[in-house]
Amino acid sequence: MSNRVVSLLVPVISIILGLLVGAIVMLFSGYDPVNGYIALWNGIFGDSYAIGETIRQISPYILAGLAVAFAFRTGLFNIGVEGQLMVGWFAAVYVGAAFELPMIIHLPITLLAAALAGAIWGLVPGILKATLRVHEVIVTIMMNYVALHVVNALIKTVSGGSYKTEKIQPTASLRSDFLSNLTDYSTLHYGIFVALAMVIVMWFILEKTKTGFELKSVGFNENASQYAGMNVKKNIVLSMVISGAFAGLAGAMEGLGTFGSMTSQGGFTGIGFDGIAVALLGANTPLGVIFGASLFGSLKYGANNMPNAANIPLEIVSIVVALIIFFVASGYIIRVGLQRLNKKKEAK
Amino acid sequence: MSKRKYGLALSLVLAAGTLLGACGTDKDKKDSTSSKGGNESDFSVAMVTDVGGVDDKSFNQSAWEGIQKFGKDNGLAEGDGYAYLQSKGEADYTTNLNALVRRDFNLVFGVGFMMEDAIGTIASQQTDKQFAIIDGVVDEPNVASILFKEQEGAFLAGVAAALMTKSDKIGFVGGVDIPVINRFEAGFVEGVAAVNPKIKVDVKYTGAFDKAELGKAEAARMYSSGVDIIFHAAGGTGNGVFSEAKERKQADKNANVWVIGVDSDQYDEGQVGDVNVTLTSMLKRVDVAVQDISALAKDGKFPGGETKVYGLHDDGIALADSRGAIPEDVLKKIDEYAKKIADGEIVVSESLK
Repeated sequence: MSNRVVSLLVPVISIILGLLVGAIVMLFSGYDPVNGYIALWNGIFGDSYAIGETIRQISPYILAGLAVAFAFRTGLFNIGVEGQLMVGWFAAVYVGAAFELPMIIHLPITLLAAALAGAIWGLVPGILKATLRVHEVIVTIMMNYVALHVVNALIKTVSGGSYKTEKIQPTASLRSDFLSNLTDYSTLHYGIFVALAMVIVMWFILEKTKTGFELKSVGFNENASQYAGMNVKKNIVLSMVISGAFAGLAGAMEGLGTFGSMTSQGGFTGIGFDGIAVALLGANTPLGVIFGASLFGSLKYGANNMPNAANIPLEIVSIVVALIIFFVASGYIIRVGLQRLNKKKEAK
Repeated sequence: MSKRKYGLALSLVLAAGTLLGACGTDKDKKDSTSSKGGNESDFSVAMVTDVGGVDDKSFNQSAWEGIQKFGKDNGLAEGDGYAYLQSKGEADYTTNLNALVRRDFNLVFGVGFMMEDAIGTIASQQTDKQFAIIDGVVDEPNVASILFKEQEGAFLAGVAAALMTKSDKIGFVGGVDIPVINRFEAGFVEGVAAVNPKIKVDVKYTGAFDKAELGKAEAARMYSSGVDIIFHAAGGTGNGVFSEAKERKQADKNANVWVIGVDSDQYDEGQVGDVNVTLTSMLKRVDVAVQDISALAKDGKFPGGETKVYGLHDDGIALADSRGAIPEDVLKKIDEYAKKIADGEIVVSESLK
């Protein structure tokens, strides 16, 4: 088996293992796993509405995954995607509601605002890491809490004491009647195209530009990069900024597409944290992130149909989904297993 | 090889899907014929919970009990005749509402003001379906809006607390700082002041309805500062208030700690050994309202586009049986206030001045 085959095989085997163990859990708690998985399947691909909603759910996951993956390529672990996403969401909704502009200017500006807000949120840990060597994991985690409470306070201020912001102007909305009608009133919006465009952007930066080469080089070995004459500090900051911008855009998906406003958040959305798994699942490559995000988005959305169609309680569903993800994330074990198998074969 | 296995697995799933799908329809048919044997069963009703979940011992649970009762009274089968879906977060509202609409329920309840937007959007798309929202107002011809005069019940809770407190310090733990919960706060504070304006009410919002740990921390702070009665209006967060009170009661049987429950009778929540920390509960009879609206809709008198407000006067609001925690003479005083409010003699304000 070549490496390529192994890389393809690992996620497939992990998903099947996850499904199997999930089935055992359902069986033991007295629910029919076959019905459950059929409900899951229908929840994802059942009809045009389900497909639309699934794609809608995938868009922010792609961007969150890109954000984590991008930082990771420079050797940085950006746990702050969640916070960057929230500030991006708020920035998008604020700019989307506060200004009245023609769509061709308004929509790009709102997206830009979201990316910028996320970038600023990524800039802080980037600078701290580059200049003072403060570990980015700690700073980004803390920045998540700062984001959560700052955004909640801002929502309250901007809306004059209410718990949610005003609806965005239609000129800033990613929603489309066309897509909505196509998918039987789902909330599918144009965000998926933004997300896919960003996949190409990330690929382009990493593979086709000098900056991308430097970023990756820093990720492989800081000292060697320094010795080769690269500005390591600059690259660390730049990586966090771009990563934050992706995360901010993920927030824009929620703000401009799915919700059209932002309500005061009781806790984290979870998309940013799931983004870590999405990125790892996709081996931190742009294309891989699309697959990772598709899996996450589908499971997340499709799982909603399990209580609906198969009467399985939400708690059990959460366990099943977590198990699938767990097995996918522990793909390393399977990879090692496969390699051993391979070696044995070669020895023969 | 591996691809073939995967393909096999996929085709197995598909095959199983077709087979079991067939079973499903069979069962459905049986269900509908058997229920037709009882009362008329072509009416169906469902609800979507807020993030607290259907077992929040409070608001959502009360709504679900109402639907269950309506379902049983009318011989409906759970699943086809009445059902619920639980929301984990804001993103689930639209999804869940749409899922129920797609299952062709005649009437779909959205429990909680947070669902206003989602119901508004879906109601304007699915104009031939009926919706109802609890605690919110949606201005669509096919949506009935249900509100409660929480302030009236909270006023009575305040009166009870003020008459029962020994330390003259009373606490209020709220969920999210929103108009509905503000009504609880306003009524409670006013009720306390009506009895004894000198009593200090410690008001705190936790910012969440589903975080018991926050409620517990807040309750710990309040009890430690000398507060002896806490009224919570915080859904699942309030369960933390109960656990804190129970821990204190368990550590010291003579500890004077009480909780006033909310929405449904939370007596069972307060049971610790053979004592109970629940003073009383302010009942918000979501179940009454849900049954009321369902019955109207069933008879073809669905109050679409209207806002119905339930209060003390129409039994939408009440205090629960205190089971001896409140002495007779205090209960009498509370009843006097209740009568005055129901008759309109006292008008409780909806928000703090």
